[in-house]
Amino acid sequence: MNDTPQANPDLREVVMAARDVAKSYGNVHALKGVNFDIHRGQVTTLFGENGAGKSTLMKILSGVIQPTRGQIILDGAPISFASSSHAQALGVSIIHQELSLAPNMNVRDNIFMGREIRTPTGIDYAEEERQTRLLMEELEEDIDPLTPVEELRLGQQQIVEIARALSVNSRILIMDEPTSALSASEVEVLFKVIRDLTARGVSIVYISHHLEEALTITHHAVVLRDGTMTAYAPRDQIDLEWIVRNMVGENFDLGSPPTGYDFGAPALSIKDLTVMDEGGAGYAVVDGMSLDIQQGEIVCIYGLMGAGRTEMMETVAGRLRQAGGTIHLHGQEVSHLSLAQRIEAGLCLVPEDRQRDGLVQTMSVGQNLSLASIRQFTRGLFTSRKDEGLLITDTIRDVTVKTDGGDAAIGSLSGGNQQKVVIGKMLATHPTVIMLDEPSRGIDIGAKAEVFRLLAERARSGLAVLYSTSEVSECLSIAHRIIVMHKGRISAVFGPDATKEQIMAASGESVAA
Amino acid sequence: MSDISSTAKTRSSAGRGGFDIARLLLEGRAFFALIAIIVIFSILSPYYFSVSNFLTMSSHVAIFGFLAIGMLLVILNGGIDLSVGSTLGLCGVVAGWLMQGVTIEAAGVILYPPVWAVVVLTLILGAAVGAVNGVLIAFFKVPAFVATLGVMYVARGIALLMTNGLTFNNLAGKADFGNTGFDWIGFNRIGGVPIGVIILAVLAVAVGLMLARTAFGRWLYASGGNERAAELSGVPVKRVQIAVYMISGACAAIAGLVLSSQLTSAGPTAGTTYELTAIAAVVIGGAALTGGRGTIRGTMLGAFVIGFLSDGLVIIGVSAYWQTVFTGAVIVLAVLLNSIQYKAKPRK
Repeated sequence: MNDTPQANPDLREVVMAARDVAKSYGNVHALKGVNFDIHRGQVTTLFGENGAGKSTLMKILSGVIQPTRGQIILDGAPISFASSSHAQALGVSIIHQELSLAPNMNVRDNIFMGREIRTPTGIDYAEEERQTRLLMEELEEDIDPLTPVEELRLGQQQIVEIARALSVNSRILIMDEPTSALSASEVEVLFKVIRDLTARGVSIVYISHHLEEALTITHHAVVLRDGTMTAYAPRDQIDLEWIVRNMVGENFDLGSPPTGYDFGAPALSIKDLTVMDEGGAGYAVVDGMSLDIQQGEIVCIYGLMGAGRTEMMETVAGRLRQAGGTIHLHGQEVSHLSLAQRIEAGLCLVPEDRQRDGLVQTMSVGQNLSLASIRQFTRGLFTSRKDEGLLITDTIRDVTVKTDGGDAAIGSLSGGNQQKVVIGKMLATHPTVIMLDEPSRGIDIGAKAEVFRLLAERARSGLAVLYSTSEVSECLSIAHRIIVMHKGRISAVFGPDATKEQIMAASGESVAA
Repeated sequence: MSDISSTAKTRSSAGRGGFDIARLLLEGRAFFALIAIIVIFSILSPYYFSVSNFLTMSSHVAIFGFLAIGMLLVILNGGIDLSVGSTLGLCGVVAGWLMQGVTIEAAGVILYPPVWAVVVLTLILGAAVGAVNGVLIAFFKVPAFVATLGVMYVARGIALLMTNGLTFNNLAGKADFGNTGFDWIGFNRIGGVPIGVIILAVLAVAVGLMLARTAFGRWLYASGGNERAAELSGVPVKRVQIAVYMISGACAAIAGLVLSSQLTSAGPTAGTTYELTAIAAVVIGGAALTGGRGTIRGTMLGAFVIGFLSDGLVIIGVSAYWQTVFTGAVIVLAVLLNSIQYKAKPRK
């Protein structure tokens, strides 16, 4: 049987469909005309790398945003959602990656938020509570309606979100990475709930980065790559390898480790680094980690969310405080230096979240690029416009940013080019060691390859590169050495000839599941 | 074929032309508002349009102008400084107290500091009040609104305590003690221009240069636009924050000196609610309260819009109550236009 969407979807089989749906933000094409079927009473999983357009498609299907072109068909009739509440009224609900509960309020109030059951004298709390209890019974979850949401575990909060969606009689439930923060046992509970829901005729759209996990629950698989659909298939015809191949592309190449030169002197040496949880929970997010990198070497850190990669890098860069251990740069202890002093000494970090930590949205492309190197073009008291201009044009050329020029607004660039601006900003400080936290997050595959090529080139001329990723395919690209982190420790070290399965197993992902 | 494309071209260029005029009006709104105010009041009153009236109004504007310059820096940094009005009052009172002579009982002498020393000490006091704000905000993570609100009350209270609620009326000094000349700041003119206005112009140019051409200026815009990104780029965000509040405090001290010199008296309630006028000037000048956007040129225009509007209303004899209504309407309109401008900008 073929899963490829038909021009006229079979109503018995397909409850909702998207036809030639596209979405553009200025020059950025997030979706390039996709067809997508949601199967009645079954789980349809959407696979794709970061930035493939999954979230955009889901937001369109749930009415959060409107498509630039294309059609949504609900029960055989074309429909245009005016808003997410309109979609919800028609039975389509979305559970976002970031939960949208008010933590200070209790379960009952969260479920009926915005649709309180009113009486002439106020709110009918008793009735709300009764309905909440019923929902929890249906979901077989022992959560008291009067518990404040902040006291619930994350998995339970997810159940509350699902209960809220069910309370408005949702027939179609879109779940955007529901398991990313759940423990294994919580995932089990969630999957049981999903199975119960489909048995009751609810159609589920599921998105996950956890490929193996998603395969255990789904009935249909759809793969999205770079804004286009690349494959459709029912569960029984596919395997993990099929998904990866379609996600990443058959002959796609993220490069190979640069060779033909010797590594230089030791650049960065981390010993027994320990970092405590920022929230003061008293456990170590980085637990006695040691790592040495030489000039010219490229090291990749692989790990799941919460493995401690970000904390490790931010501590080495000087943003977080270390609880123990030493950090040496070219043999000099840098633990006591400020972040700015470490940049001056040649150690810099390209942060994971470029919108939150990388870019100043109110400044131009050029001002963002020159931000970390202002001293280089300050002459006496004042900055030199000429020298700053030179630095900006040089950097734009070096990292191949596609822009109208240094004066362009930073928001006018595509995600990949914004990322190049953040990288270019740090490279303009002439570092000897550069750390990049998930440099490929949310950028398209072409930009990804360009970023890696750029790093490989710099390594060849002596730069020590440390980057982290949560995509195995990106470990097996330009890295000379692959380090797997699990719960704040290094759980394995591989050479560039490791297999994906080895790496994933060491990270704590269950390949066998 | 060629027909269609040429029509399309004319249409799009016409559209762009229309857009540009709207854009120009939007971006130059403070300037056009000032022109409109001058034109309207010149028609309504024969006394409004004269050099001497403009200079008089300008010396009123100067007081708010000093506060607005400091406030602009704070707002660019993403903060707010509610304490400037009180700092103005406190600095005026301290200047007045110093002019009366400082009695040191242990030594049995009364010190009469010269005017230049009074000015320097007052500026240091203003910066110190700002430093308290800055440290509370940068290191103790007190929200700017709350920290400066607290300092606003404390500073006002100290000013009242120092004079017991009374006003220093004798700021002239005595030639015997060598401390005369305090009134020079408020009354003298150079080439017909009041000293206060000249100080304002010099300060505006200096701060303008600082914002546009120094590393500190760039740091200020960056940490106001995105503090985390600025910090990760090596910007000393805490130092910048403290410096900004210190400058704001010093600007309030200048305003306090000029005002008490203009009035030839230093009262503890001087400058009450002036912080709000300063915020209004900054906002009318197009700065975003969320930080990172704004210019000194805009802020100066904003200060002149408010000053010329309220003085104009006085000249044509509109009641003070109506002045309040007009000022409020102008502020709301300005914020409305700000949000239109900044919403339109980011995405191409």
